[in-house]
Amino acid sequence: MPDVAVAGFAQAPHVRKTPGTTNGVEMLVPIFAEVFAKTGLSKQDIGFWCSGSSDYLAGRAFSFIAAVDAIGAFPPIHESHVEMDAAWALYEAWLKIRMGEVETALVYGFGKSSAGQLRRVLALQLDPYVVTPLWPDSIALAGIQARLGLEAGLWSEKDMAEVAARDGRDVADLLDTPYFADPLRAHDIAPITDGAAVVILSTVERARDIVEHPAVITGIEHRVDSPVLGARDLTRSPSTEAAAKALDTDGVEIAELHAPFTHQELILRTALGLDEQVKINPSGGALAANPMFSAGLARIGEAAQRIHTGEARKALAHATSGPVLQQNLVAVLEAR
Amino acid sequence: MNLAAESRTCFTQDVTEAPLAAPLNVGFDYTRSTGPVLGRFVNALRDHRIEGIRGSDGRVHVPPVEYDPVTAEALTEFVPVGTEGTVVSWSWCAVPLEGQPLDRPFAWALVRLDGADTAMLHAVDAGTPEKIHSGQRVRVRWAGETVGHIRDIAYFLPVEAQDTTPTAPTPPVADRAEGAPVSVIITPVHLRYEHSVSPEESRYLRGLAEGKLIGQRCPACHKVYIPPRGACPTDGVPTTDEVELPDTGTVTTFCIVNVPFLGQRLKPPYVAAYILLDGADIAFQHLVLGCDAADVRMGMRVRAAWKPRDEWWTSLENINHFEPTGEPDAAYETYAHHL
Repeated sequence: MPDVAVAGFAQAPHVRKTPGTTNGVEMLVPIFAEVFAKTGLSKQDIGFWCSGSSDYLAGRAFSFIAAVDAIGAFPPIHESHVEMDAAWALYEAWLKIRMGEVETALVYGFGKSSAGQLRRVLALQLDPYVVTPLWPDSIALAGIQARLGLEAGLWSEKDMAEVAARDGRDVADLLDTPYFADPLRAHDIAPITDGAAVVILSTVERARDIVEHPAVITGIEHRVDSPVLGARDLTRSPSTEAAAKALDTDGVEIAELHAPFTHQELILRTALGLDEQVKINPSGGALAANPMFSAGLARIGEAAQRIHTGEARKALAHATSGPVLQQNLVAVLEAR
Repeated sequence: MNLAAESRTCFTQDVTEAPLAAPLNVGFDYTRSTGPVLGRFVNALRDHRIEGIRGSDGRVHVPPVEYDPVTAEALTEFVPVGTEGTVVSWSWCAVPLEGQPLDRPFAWALVRLDGADTAMLHAVDAGTPEKIHSGQRVRVRWAGETVGHIRDIAYFLPVEAQDTTPTAPTPPVADRAEGAPVSVIITPVHLRYEHSVSPEESRYLRGLAEGKLIGQRCPACHKVYIPPRGACPTDGVPTTDEVELPDTGTVTTFCIVNVPFLGQRLKPPYVAAYILLDGADIAFQHLVLGCDAADVRMGMRVRAAWKPRDEWWTSLENINHFEPTGEPDAAYETYAHHL
C-alpha cells in the first residue's frame, strides 16, 4: 500500500462573521485557487474530493452539494462528504489513496458558524431522547467537564489561563476577568469563527514532485467514546489515548491540538503523553480561531506546513468532533 | 420556513451593495418512537418515578441506556432509583437560551440520583452560583403536567430550598389509544439563522425589485447564468459580466402537477416548467399558466406575466407565472443542449 503525504494546505481568513453564503463557495473558491497555485496542480489532477460540513450549521438541506460548485465539477468528479470535521474527510481520502484507488485527493471543510446560534445548534449532536430536549449548549457541557477536573485537582483555573496566555496575554489579568459560564471565563472558550480549509493529499512519490519536504502521514487513527455523558470519565479522553497508543508519537516536536476549551487542551496533552519538549499549537490552535468543520482539518494542515518548511521533522495533529471531546482523530506526520 | 414572510421587511432596497440577508427560521417537531427501554423510562416519569437500568458491569445508568456503553450488550434489568440525588459537577448559565429548562439564571448539573451509579444532565434552579456546589443534595421538581418526556423533570431544586415555579411549556404529546402507554416522544426544534445570498445573487434579486432579469456570464465558459452564481458549476469561478435578459423564453421541459401537497398555492392540475430565457444558458423553474395544462409542450414560447409593480420586491415571485406568446414553437435544436 502506498504511503500518503500532505502535499498542500490553504485556509480562508478566520472571521467572526463572513458576509458570504452558508454553502461556503465564497470562502472555498479563493483557497482552492491558492492551493492549486502552491502545488502546481489543477482540478484535473485530483483523483478524489472529500469534504466535511454540516447542514445544521447552514440551516438548510444539501448545503454541501451547493459547495461542490466551487470545484467546477465538470467533467464529473469522484466526491464524498462527512457530516463531521473535515479531518474525518481526510481520513476517508487517506484510505482511498492507501487502497490504490487514486493518487491524489483534495479535502476541504467549511462552515459559517455565525449564521445561527452555534451553542444551540451544537445541542443537536446530543442524545435526541434525554439530552437534546433540554437544549444544553456546548459551553454548559464544557463547564461541567472543566469543573470535574478542577475539583479533582487535575488542573487549576490558573493552568487553564496559562493555555490561553500562550498568545501573550497576562495570566493574572485573565484570572481577574469575570466568569462567562462559571467555571469558564471568556479566554477559556474558543471564539465563534467562520472559515474553511483545504488539504491536498497524495502518494509520497507524487508529493515529492509537489513539495520539497512532503509531510508523510506515518500514522492516523480515530476512536470514539460513549455518547452517554454520565457514563464517561469526562476528565480523561480515552478515545484520544487509544488512538495515540496505536501510533508512534516518540520524538514529536510540535503538536497541533483541536481543543475548543482551555481545559480540553490539558486533557489532550495528558492523553497524548506530550511533555514540555513538545511545542503545542504554534498556530494558536482552536482558541485563536475555531472554524467549525475545518478547525480539525486545519490542525493537520498547520502541522504539515511546519514539515513543508523544514521547521519540524515530526509533528502530531489532533482533531475532535462531537460534545466534550467525544470523538478524536490523531495523525503523525514526518519528513522522510 | 417562513423566509418569504419575514424577509419582505428585511431585504433592504437601498443602493449599498452588501449582500442581501434575511432571517431564516426553521422548525420541526421531531417525533421519535421510544422502544422498550426509553419507553419504560418516560412512562415512569409520567408517574413521578425514575427508573434506571443495570449495565454489564453492575453500574446503574440513569437515564437508562439501551446498550451497555462499554460492552454494547443489550440491557434489560430495570432498577428504580430515588428522586433525590447529589450534584457531581455543574456550570452556571447566567443567560438562558431558548428552549432550556428555565428562563431565569440556573445551573447545568450532572446529578447522580440515589441508587444510580451514573449521573444525568439536567438543570438546577439554585438562584445564584453561590447556592450550588458539587456534593449538594437536590430533589426533582416535577413539571405541572407530566406527559412521558424527559421534560417531565422540570428541573432540580436544592433539597432544602423552597419550591419555585417552572417556566417551560409542556412538550407536545403524540396521539395514542386511550390508556395506552407513551411510545412516542415529540421534541420541537426551532433554530434561527440569518441566511445570506451571494453578491452575485444579490445583484439579481435587486434587479428583480426593479422588474429586471439580470444574469451574469462565466468568464471561463462564457455561459450566461440566471441567477448568476458565486461559482460557475463547470469552472468553479464566480460569474462576472452582467447581462440583462428579456422576459421571454422557451419551455425546455415541464411536468403537470396532479398531486396535492401541504402549502400548495394552486389547484392541480397545473404546469411547472423549466424556462430558458432568450440569451440564457441555464433554465429555471416557474409556472406556465394561461392555457390548458394539456397544451403545454417542449419548445413552447412563453413570456413573463408580472405582478402589479407595487407588489415587486427582491424576489422571482414578481413574475406570477409565464404564459404562451402564441409564437411558433422553438426548434428542438435551439434548446436540446440545455436539457
